[in-house]
Amino acid sequence: MNDHPQVETVQTHHEGGEHRGSLKEYLTGFALAAILTAIPFWLVMEHEFSRSSATVVTILAFAAVQMVVHMVYFLHMNTRSEGGWTLLALLFTLMLVVIALSGSLWVMYHLNENMMPAGMGDMHPMKDMHDMHDMHDMHGARDMP
Amino acid sequence: MSDTGTSFSFYSAQEHHPENGTMLGFWLYLMSDCLIFACLFAVYAVLGRNYAGGPTGAEIFDLPAVALNTSLLLVSSITYGFAMLSMNRNALRTTLFWLAITGLLGAGFVTLELREFLHLIEEGAGPQRSAFLSSFFTLVGTHGLHVAFGIVWLLTLMVQIGRHKLIPSNRRRLMCLSMFWHFLDVVWIGVFTVVYLMGVLP
Repeated sequence: MNDHPQVETVQTHHEGGEHRGSLKEYLTGFALAAILTAIPFWLVMEHEFSRSSATVVTILAFAAVQMVVHMVYFLHMNTRSEGGWTLLALLFTLMLVVIALSGSLWVMYHLNENMMPAGMGDMHPMKDMHDMHDMHDMHGARDMP
Repeated sequence: MSDTGTSFSFYSAQEHHPENGTMLGFWLYLMSDCLIFACLFAVYAVLGRNYAGGPTGAEIFDLPAVALNTSLLLVSSITYGFAMLSMNRNALRTTLFWLAITGLLGAGFVTLELREFLHLIEEGAGPQRSAFLSSFFTLVGTHGLHVAFGIVWLLTLMVQIGRHKLIPSNRRRLMCLSMFWHFLDVVWIGVFTVVYLMGVLP
């Protein structure tokens, strides 16, 4: 218990400065999160949009907003906590996440296009077989009984 | 002597060093964890439609069960928040009560998820069936494993608090676990949106 006084100081610093979070804040966050969760589930389960691309864009937007809500109301993120370092670390991580996700999808999408995988063959077997005489062997193996 | 004192206070006034690096350090850990999940999401995004003639997401996902799971995790987030508020008020018993509720909700979440996994494996839709199912089990399983370890951590802390009360070290640990717990809820938003909701769309 030698370091007790030191830790005590640290604690007061945290309570006074950073770890706030009031009942009102938690309840607001919870209400927002519940609404932002319920709407996408409802959209998908009730097939509200006829086009699935519209649904995808909408539910991704809801997810992004809900993540921000959780960050602000539950994780108490703000520009001042730890002298702004948490926000900086978050932004840096988000940059890496965006690069990793968009890069993977971009590269693999083009790879799939050029390699003409089974998925494409399954969707338009006749067209592919007509267009791609060179790859007849591959399609023959996969698509023709 | 007084000179040193002045320069020291000058130093701490200028530099906004966090006095305790634990919170920032733990946040950095969470960010690295976030990168793990980002990689798994990227894998799922690339492989998620490679069914290899096996079942599709629309065939195997049970959205009402996922909605129940999601609400369990969301409610556990706010009950953890209540535990933190009780901790701020120095209310030992209330803190333990809300922590216990949080743990039960988390255990319910893990149980439902395990039941889903077992059901899928019994149906022959195990991780080895297709690239879609491999990436599905890896991503969702990693999240579930995080929650399971979060529960172990939570139980450990409850014992610690029971023994040593709400001493500063325990408060710091509770704050770390609170960040971990809320972070897992944030990751789950991505999971239910990208995996389950988008998975059942044509």
